[in-house]
Amino acid sequence: MPPSPRVGLFATCLMNLFRPNIGFATVKLLEEAGCMVEVPLAQTCCGQPGYNNGDFDAARALARQLIAVFEGFDYVVGPSGSCMATLRVDYPKLFENDADWLPRAEALAAKSWELLSFLTDVRGMSAVQADYAGTVTYHDSCSGLRSLGIQQQPRLLLASVGGLELTEMRDAEVCCGFGGTFCVKYPEISSRMADEKCANIDAAGVDTLLGGDLGCLLHMAGRLKRQGSTVKVFHTAEVLAGMATGEGIGGVPE
Amino acid sequence: MKVSSPQFKEKSVIALADPRLRQALGQSRKGFVNKRAELVGELPEFEQLRDEARDLKNHVLDNLDHYLERYEAAVTAAGGHVHWARDAEEARSIILNICQRVNAKTITKGKSMVSEEIGLNEALEAKGYTVVETDLGEYIIQLAHEPPSHIIAPAIHKTKEQVSELFETAHGGPRKSTVADLVTEARLVLRDKYFQADVGITGGNFLVAETGSSIIVTNEGNGDLTQTLAKVHIVTSGIERIVPTLEDVALFLRILARSATGQETETYTTLSTGPRRPDDVDGPEEYHVVLVDNGRSKMLGGKFQDMLRCIRCGACMNHCPVYGAIGGHAYGWVYPGPMGAVLTPLFVGLDATYDLPNACTLNGRCESVCPVRIPLPELLRELRHMQYQQGIRPPGEQRALGAWRFVAERPRLYQFANRLAARVLKGLGGRTGRIGSLPFASAWTDSRDMPAPEGKTFLELWQAKPR
Repeated sequence: MPPSPRVGLFATCLMNLFRPNIGFATVKLLEEAGCMVEVPLAQTCCGQPGYNNGDFDAARALARQLIAVFEGFDYVVGPSGSCMATLRVDYPKLFENDADWLPRAEALAAKSWELLSFLTDVRGMSAVQADYAGTVTYHDSCSGLRSLGIQQQPRLLLASVGGLELTEMRDAEVCCGFGGTFCVKYPEISSRMADEKCANIDAAGVDTLLGGDLGCLLHMAGRLKRQGSTVKVFHTAEVLAGMATGEGIGGVPE
Repeated sequence: MKVSSPQFKEKSVIALADPRLRQALGQSRKGFVNKRAELVGELPEFEQLRDEARDLKNHVLDNLDHYLERYEAAVTAAGGHVHWARDAEEARSIILNICQRVNAKTITKGKSMVSEEIGLNEALEAKGYTVVETDLGEYIIQLAHEPPSHIIAPAIHKTKEQVSELFETAHGGPRKSTVADLVTEARLVLRDKYFQADVGITGGNFLVAETGSSIIVTNEGNGDLTQTLAKVHIVTSGIERIVPTLEDVALFLRILARSATGQETETYTTLSTGPRRPDDVDGPEEYHVVLVDNGRSKMLGGKFQDMLRCIRCGACMNHCPVYGAIGGHAYGWVYPGPMGAVLTPLFVGLDATYDLPNACTLNGRCESVCPVRIPLPELLRELRHMQYQQGIRPPGEQRALGAWRFVAERPRLYQFANRLAARVLKGLGGRTGRIGSLPFASAWTDSRDMPAPEGKTFLELWQAKPR
């Protein structure tokens, strides 16, 4: 491994549109971990919406585009377990019958990492220089947890944040009901699942909710705010980078 | 059984609004989940057992013809009869013929999902037979004239109070309020039926190729009475439920009870091998096995063969947050939850079941607990792919996907669209930083606020950043 690897930042769609702060927090953490970060401007979406909605051709078209943009880097890193699981786990499956693209998909998969697992498992980071005065609980987003095994890494790094107190909520590993297009195809079921999650967040008695996937965070924040909750919502990277300032995702309380 | 899966959305919304359903589902499911976690934690080799079970099932499915023939030969050698049913219709007529030949009047039944699958009760009742379900949960839903809502806990959707009401009406006695009293009452009512029964029908958790035995696993002992006291015992089972040897059964018994109810073992594990032998003190005079295909052989050798490993433990639905929110009836056929969302489209067709593979967040919790490691999310995604290819999808969704692809394939257009959206949404969010109502995104904003973007996209801020 080169001492200072060239990392291509995958600016996930939701982060790019809704919360660039997570992107800059990601860059800061990667630089702290000794990486040279580049952001290719020709990138778009990883293709997951197509893959999960059965349009495998669209998913493959976008996967080929992404592979071509990123395959020159030492690593591809993004602040999302869901998007990075698509690169890491699903791309090789999408091209299993394509002799030309399978090796390229597998090569990209092998160097694609979700941010926090990259920092800890690849770069050996075990602490950050950051403070956050607050009590937090952490939601394990499903793709990161079950497809990439991300569970201890965020907790390890959060434990090093000055002033931060982590309280585990009940059923932290149960889906919040976001599920990509699921949340608008089945809004009533999705909202009930969010209600269960909000009740567990509430019962944890914390002032801040953290998670590693912006889709889930937008969903939980949207339901929390609708219920009048004052719990702040941040991406884990924002806290770890010392950039969790302001009102968080979903804005100020009424 | 009638398929009501096309009404999934309507039925799920009704289910969500039912406070008693919410109460019933909340209590019992949490029990299953917690007890399973506790017992699995106590068994260090559990993950290895799951691997072994998966591998063994794969071996059987790869050699299913061989094991089925061995099984048939062993059943025949023990004095029993194997009947092959290509579909539900054939299965029903085989069983009706047996009942007619032995002049049956009363038929007792142990729990069998295959009998639900083939619509057996309706067929038997239409011919005038008295059919008595003897599993407590099945008995409750038989009284309520409802289909099961869970594969191992068919009446999980009922609260204790609802069962009290049902029993009071059906049995005419004073109303019971404790679980123990309700169970005693059902036992007393059912006890006589076992002795009156001419035919006892059970399912089969496992069919042993080596010995020709069928095995049922229960907690109530009702299956034992059903199959031992009737003159004729009929086993209904899917063709995939074969295991090679008794030794192999031991492996599955170790994972089944832990995965299903969070028990080390169920209360009763009962083997039946042929009819009563001359020196047996009890047992049926005739022993029949009806092996039902009903779409299973079409799954062999294809993308859905993995689903045939299913041992019907129910862990996937116990851990599914969607099932937990809406219960089993919304799925609209026999099998609910994740396993049902895979099986139902395969058995009854993709057309009538659009919602089943889609009403899932692909969160993967089902796969993480499946004792035979069925990749349920992947199979659900594969069904979505088949739907997409066949154009089974609301037209609006198909168009939206097409538009998304068109834009996402063009980076400059994509970035432009994002920059525009970031500004418009930021403006709509105003001072609060969130949007309470968006006409074109009401599916989101009816129940959730939409956090507003910061105003510029990450990529444009990155480009503008001095370096």
